[in-house]
Amino acid sequence: MAYLNGLKCRECGRDYPTEPLNVCDFCFGPLEVAYDYSTIREVVTRDGITSGPLSIWRYKDLLPASGENPVDIMTGMTPLIKANNLGKELGLNNLYIKNDSVNPSFSFKDRVVSVACTKAIEFGYEVLSCASTGNLAASVAAHAARAGIKAVVFIPGDLEQGKVINAAIYGPTIMAIDGNYDDVNRLCSEIADNYPWAFVNVNMRPYYAEGSKTLGYEVVEQLDWQVPDHVVVPAASGAMFTKIWKGFNELACLGLLDGVEGMSFGEDQNSVHHPSVSTKMHMAQAFGCSPIAAAWNNGQTHVVPVKPDTIAKSLAIGNPADGIYALKVIKESGGSATATPEDTVAEGIELLARTEGIFTETAGGVSISVLKSLVESGAIKQNERTVVYITGNGLKTQEVVQGAVNTLPIKPTMDSFESAYNG
Amino acid sequence: MANKRYIFTFPTNMITEPVIFNLGRDFEIETNIRRADIREDAGWVILELKGTEEEIDKGLLWVASKGVRVDSISGDLIQG
Repeated sequence: MAYLNGLKCRECGRDYPTEPLNVCDFCFGPLEVAYDYSTIREVVTRDGITSGPLSIWRYKDLLPASGENPVDIMTGMTPLIKANNLGKELGLNNLYIKNDSVNPSFSFKDRVVSVACTKAIEFGYEVLSCASTGNLAASVAAHAARAGIKAVVFIPGDLEQGKVINAAIYGPTIMAIDGNYDDVNRLCSEIADNYPWAFVNVNMRPYYAEGSKTLGYEVVEQLDWQVPDHVVVPAASGAMFTKIWKGFNELACLGLLDGVEGMSFGEDQNSVHHPSVSTKMHMAQAFGCSPIAAAWNNGQTHVVPVKPDTIAKSLAIGNPADGIYALKVIKESGGSATATPEDTVAEGIELLARTEGIFTETAGGVSISVLKSLVESGAIKQNERTVVYITGNGLKTQEVVQGAVNTLPIKPTMDSFESAYNG
Repeated sequence: MANKRYIFTFPTNMITEPVIFNLGRDFEIETNIRRADIREDAGWVILELKGTEEEIDKGLLWVASKGVRVDSISGDLIQG
């Protein structure tokens, strides 16, 4: 069972029942899940977690949907790899890659959608829906297929065929909208208001977003129940960034970190900061869509929306719903936000592939490029334990690294081979 | 009649302009502010608009034409 007290407005604190809602009727603030941590504290243990399934559902007591019958395509427990080669190139002795590109639909979105889909079925929905330029559409379609319910996904009409196939193979209804970015947002908002569907990042959003906490839990478990000194996280809406921080602090408050005493969550569960969580949260955005990094670097407490113009399509959210909360996390953790130039994104992808054998999509290229700049600026020191989150697979954005192709054409003879090989 | 929720983001040069007052005066739209943060250099207002779909669309086009950005309060729905 899920240990919930309901939903709570992040701005005015008003309480709501556990229902498919995402906005406070009074102040229009976002609703967040309110947990019954006093019960969770009694039931959750490290042994209970480690004896659970090899998926995000090993953390079922900390998720807002019932773990008894989850919609699980075996998402999570992705590798945390000691990146010695990349570390050597950058001058870091303690660098790790959290490779979330190996999830079932090849991105971290499986974490949030698994939770949203499970909750949608609890609520009795028969249609799972989203608007997406790629990763989310594939994940929604895959989970709906697993759950045996209908999926309806909305995509921009000019989306590349490869990305459409990534979702289409699971058999959803795909609506390709003939319009610009704003048109797609607007239509989907109207549809979400008018159709009785579980729209994963609209009426399911409070539950959906919590799935990203598992990116924090897993790293802690894989580091023998310790938090890293730094994390580098790509950001679009900012939700994943804030939830990784929340995950670290939840484990600390519940007394699950190694050698750390638990503590109360206080009144505002979403802002709790356990003093033992010293991780600096570094946000990575691409320059062409970096509203949160711009706000941080200009010292603003609000985020001014932008029109996305970036090759990192999976990070192209110009109006980030969790932007202001991400700014608070950066401040609280002593972290940073960096907008990396667009021409460094492919360089980051190639650097990770060349050193660690991991092929990431553009969001991962953004993270690696930002990691490099953080090391160069001295923000991350040689021996500090650093985790970089790689959230999507390179096969999804092959077009941005076509320059990596450098074949040597030869005839089917040894002479031709040796001539070409020896240069 | 429709009830729609938006966030208006004001650039510096529009901070002193009575955009929301004019929106209610010049269009058949009832405006209802729920939260706001207005500073010297920029500001945002979260509000509800009540009116016909057609009138709200016309009003929002006018607001955008003044240089004020109009967005859904839920952030961008389309995700990567």
